[in-house]
Amino acid sequence: MTLAIDVQRLTRRFGAFVAVDAISVQVKTGEVFGFLGANGAGKTTAIKMLIGLLEPTEGSAQVAGYDVRTQSEEVRRRIGYMSQRFSLYDDLTVRENIQLYGGIYGLTDDEISTRGAELVGGLHLDGAHDALVGTLPLGWKQKLAFSVALLHRPLVVFLDEPTGGVDPVTRRQFWEMIYAAAARGTTVFVTTHYMDEAEYCDRLSIMVDGRIAAMGTPAELKAEFGAPTIDEVFVRLARPAAMAGGV
Amino acid sequence: MHREKRLSALIAFVVKEMRHILRDRQTLVILLLLPLAQVVLFGFAIRTDVNDIRLAVVDPVPDAVTLALRARFVGNGRFRVVATVPTVAAAEPFFRRGAADIAVVFQPGLAERLARGTGAQMQLLVDASDPNSGTTMQTYATSVIAAWQAEQPGAGRGVRIIPQVRMRYNPTLESVNLFVPGLIALVLTLVSSMMTAISLSREKERGTLEVLLVSPLRPWQIIVGKVVPYLLLAFANVVTALFAAWAVFQVPFRGSVALLLGASTLYAMVGLALGVLIAAVTTSQRAAMLFALVGTMLPTTLLSGLIFPIASMPLPLRLISHIIPARWFIVIARGVMLKGVGVADLWMEIAILSLMFVAFMTLAIRSFRARLD
Repeated sequence: MTLAIDVQRLTRRFGAFVAVDAISVQVKTGEVFGFLGANGAGKTTAIKMLIGLLEPTEGSAQVAGYDVRTQSEEVRRRIGYMSQRFSLYDDLTVRENIQLYGGIYGLTDDEISTRGAELVGGLHLDGAHDALVGTLPLGWKQKLAFSVALLHRPLVVFLDEPTGGVDPVTRRQFWEMIYAAAARGTTVFVTTHYMDEAEYCDRLSIMVDGRIAAMGTPAELKAEFGAPTIDEVFVRLARPAAMAGGV
Repeated sequence: MHREKRLSALIAFVVKEMRHILRDRQTLVILLLLPLAQVVLFGFAIRTDVNDIRLAVVDPVPDAVTLALRARFVGNGRFRVVATVPTVAAAEPFFRRGAADIAVVFQPGLAERLARGTGAQMQLLVDASDPNSGTTMQTYATSVIAAWQAEQPGAGRGVRIIPQVRMRYNPTLESVNLFVPGLIALVLTLVSSMMTAISLSREKERGTLEVLLVSPLRPWQIIVGKVVPYLLLAFANVVTALFAAWAVFQVPFRGSVALLLGASTLYAMVGLALGVLIAAVTTSQRAAMLFALVGTMLPTTLLSGLIFPIASMPLPLRLISHIIPARWFIVIARGVMLKGVGVADLWMEIAILSLMFVAFMTLAIRSFRARLD
């Protein structure tokens, strides 16, 4: 068994504030890993360190077999990223966006056109190849952004709240795409605020105040906390923190 | 990685950037036509030919000579007498109201003094609030007097009227051809600093920059990819401005075109570096635009010598003008275009701009990195 992500006591401080406090996470290749936490728990800071946007203060992290601190370029070539903000260009067409990201990741023109055609076909967007992305409905855009993030066949894909503002039907389709990617061997590291989506993950962790408060399969977590749903588990873990810090 | 892959990644990025520019037709058309419009508008607004000069005549004791000279002014065609008064004080209200552009002040007993051969004088008062037309009006008036004198029997024997000229309201004078080099600076600043700042901060605002930074592209590739298309646009603008200046106004071009284009490229690079820097330190498109406006366009217009001569600024502003890139570029452009000087005389300005480019670019890349945290 190989690890797609191996995080050891990863820490990030901003001055005296500890945003991420010595977290350790291992994600297996092909796993769908849910990275949960309330707003401000440190999720975004942790992800930024894993994708090379932020230097860790302490600890180590290996992604796709490379150290994020010392081999950042090797890491970046092997990962895909979809931010919670829309990551495609509205004023470019579907084809042009695909050409851009294909080019940036060093695909050949042939690879770009074959994979681009597959991608567009898979999304049933055939007629919209030359439509401006800005004219597509939000759900399509999100699915397109996810497919484009997978265009260079990354080993690990990071999805930061990918389904925000999307209708339930599209969310369901989106998760089917996530499973399909995982079935092809891509490791999926996803954050979400929808607890029904958390139930779809192979394993998940819940972050509270910069630490990982719980980690396991959805079934294990529900058993551990004696709760019927992940939603319940989440609220029990996150509420004390919110009450201590918030009021 | 493999050099070709890195290059093709950069090319893909430049292509994308050009598509953005080409897709936004309205902005593109404005940017392309701007130098043309600016040169033509400025050119006509500060046209050197001055017609219909409103003349106030101050003639305390009219005599044969003053009447002859007055007739010359009337007959010249460019002048229109709006008032004939006995004292300078009586002419003053016409100036203040803006009803007179120039006053000819005759000395009492002018004919007699000329006949006796003692120094005869007269005074020209010129409204120089617009310095360019002020100088021109003065030249016309002086030439009317000189022409009359040349025809007199005593001409050449040293008996002459010596006009004393007083420029009112603005004693420093700027020559008119100076505006084209300044306009090039203005257009380049707009395209390089402002457009780069806006386009980069847009990526920041929309979150696409984050995705680019997670990709194998390096920060310098992102910056270069951003900047190259605007550099091409800036180059096109310089050529348009020069062409318009030459075709419409026959502005002289005495020096090396290659040197001017090279200097323009250098100046555009300084502007682009500033634009990147502005995008790095601001968080929204709107802030970046205002920052670019206040931080680059305003100083380029006001403190570079483009409109107001640096020599007549108060000391603090004169000192500040040293850090305005346009100040140095305008010296280069004026030198090349109007005086035909070469690198030998402009190396200092070129060196200063090069240093500014290195400094701003280093700062830009650094703050670009720092901002990710």
